[in-house]
Amino acid sequence: MMRADPLHVQAASPGLWTLAWRRLRADRVAMVALAVVGLFLLSVLLSATGLVAADWEDEVAVNYAPPVFLGPDPALAALSRPVPPAPPNAFDPLAGDLAALKAGLAREGRAAPAAKAVTLPFGADKWGHDIVKKTIKGGQTSIVVGLVAALVAVALGTLFGALSGFYGGVVDDLFNWFYSVFTSIPSILMILTVAAVLQTKGVLSIVLILGLTGWTGPYRLIRAEYIKHKAREYVMAADAIGASNWRKMFVHIFPNVSHVALVQMSILVVGFIKAEVILSFLGFGVPVGVVSWGSMLNEAQNELILGKWWQLAAAASAMALLVTAFSLFADALRDALDPKLK
Amino acid sequence: MLPYILRRLWQMVPTMAGVVVLVFVLFNWVGGDPSYLLAGKMADARAIANIRAQLGLDLPWTSQLWIFVKQILTFDFGNAWSTGEPVSHILTSRLGPSLTVLVPLTVLETLFGIALALAIAFVRGSLTDRLVMVACTVGMSISILVYIIVFQYGLAYKLGLFPVQGWGESLGENLLRYATLPILIGLAVSIAPTLRLFRSFVLDEVGQDYVRTARAKGLSERRIVWVHVLRNAAIPIITYVMSNLPALLIGAFLLERFFGIPGIGREVILAVERSDFPVIKAITVYVAAATMVFNLLADLMYQAVDPRVQLT
Repeated sequence: MMRADPLHVQAASPGLWTLAWRRLRADRVAMVALAVVGLFLLSVLLSATGLVAADWEDEVAVNYAPPVFLGPDPALAALSRPVPPAPPNAFDPLAGDLAALKAGLAREGRAAPAAKAVTLPFGADKWGHDIVKKTIKGGQTSIVVGLVAALVAVALGTLFGALSGFYGGVVDDLFNWFYSVFTSIPSILMILTVAAVLQTKGVLSIVLILGLTGWTGPYRLIRAEYIKHKAREYVMAADAIGASNWRKMFVHIFPNVSHVALVQMSILVVGFIKAEVILSFLGFGVPVGVVSWGSMLNEAQNELILGKWWQLAAAASAMALLVTAFSLFADALRDALDPKLK
Repeated sequence: MLPYILRRLWQMVPTMAGVVVLVFVLFNWVGGDPSYLLAGKMADARAIANIRAQLGLDLPWTSQLWIFVKQILTFDFGNAWSTGEPVSHILTSRLGPSLTVLVPLTVLETLFGIALALAIAFVRGSLTDRLVMVACTVGMSISILVYIIVFQYGLAYKLGLFPVQGWGESLGENLLRYATLPILIGLAVSIAPTLRLFRSFVLDEVGQDYVRTARAKGLSERRIVWVHVLRNAAIPIITYVMSNLPALLIGAFLLERFFGIPGIGREVILAVERSDFPVIKAITVYVAAATMVFNLLADLMYQAVDPRVQLT
């Protein structure tokens, strides 16, 4: 055991981030949550680079193949056998062409499709896609949209808040007016209105919709921080050595308020993932052909009536796990970075 | 009091003007030309010019803005593009069903939220408290879609306890038959965030000096929490509930869509699906106005509950 030596005063006092990290590490719930979030981010990274779930669109199983633990569905057994080739038909005008095509495929080494699986680890959807891979791929879309949209919203909120809080006066009045205009329209209505106007489906437009409507929360907090900080000595010192306003705002003050931005971002990610799921469910989000947790829930709604619950369970539990972990982590992060607030 | 209300109403004018300009800019510049949309796939130049003239799109933008302002003030947005129904009729006829779900939902949610938050405040810091908070976090992280899909399937389709969808003619039938399950689901979804928020309001009060005084003079813990703390925690609760009401009008859109309730929220979704701009414009502007009015009402109720608050 090392004892603190009273004669040797610690040379460097730990900074905000070091202290916050220590507090965070002491919080067991936060560390578990961080690990779960980390795993999700890893799966996003792996599926984005194509190492995992790149072949989710392969029809590897029979339609609605049940999960392994349920055992194969006898009603679907007939589907799993490869279709026997049709008996030759003397009247088929395309017979010659088809034979040539088949010979060509056989030469390239692509024989008739293999027998389809009767069960998969967590079942299959309507087309026989593997649900586990589909959930990973859908998670990639939902998480990337949530992260990028939150980044856009926090960047906008920080920029507006910095300008508003630092300059004050007319600039402040203008941004406050802008803020009250945006907050007087409920956010979900704002999102739907922008969705109606943009009319182009796509990951980019959904990021823009969420990012451009979500800046109000960070704006209010960052503005308050800038008002507090702009009169501090270190800013005056920067002023005295001739730093430009821009430099004072983003090189001197911003590092001291960046923890607010980080906490806001982690809170927004959770909200945006939920919003993306709802938008995609309604059909205003990701385009056809891109899978997200929202589009999975949309398919699952009809499957449930047929008794095929696994796609719903997979998408819902993956999302619930991520959102729970992320919000627990966001709470812990806020407590760690702002211990007074508790 | 009256001068205060007048001043607040006066302050709403620039914000409202901002909302109008924002909606105008969104639909007139960002959205592109709706006449191509309306004219259909096989449109010729004359048909498009005709539609443009009807919509006033060939006028300078100042006149277009003025037309929009006149539409808002006279409550006359013309007819919906998709159905030809007057927009004012859409708004008035869809408000009733929305309120049938919304009013009971808000009342129940607030009452349950307050009761549970105060009950939790008794045992703050205990294992029960922590477990309830974890349950709330988990409950909040499940998508509202999952609640609706599972409840509708389980309770209505499988068990047949409620109608799966539909809407009747009379208020009693709607309230007791069709709106019950949507209200239950709304309650299940909203109770977790409400409880978390109200708990924080209550815990802010529990540490105050007046609570210590009340304890010192020998009041029972029950009386302290249910009378003294409740009275003070009511202030932020009222603000929250009041200012959230207009947002709820839209926020219930998923419930309305799943259960076929002909309310405002479902109308918004339909309008977005059909690119029915007049309907969306009208709803956005009026909901924004309602939000501002309800914020003012919240402040007025604030004073009614807490005489210390001076509105100046």
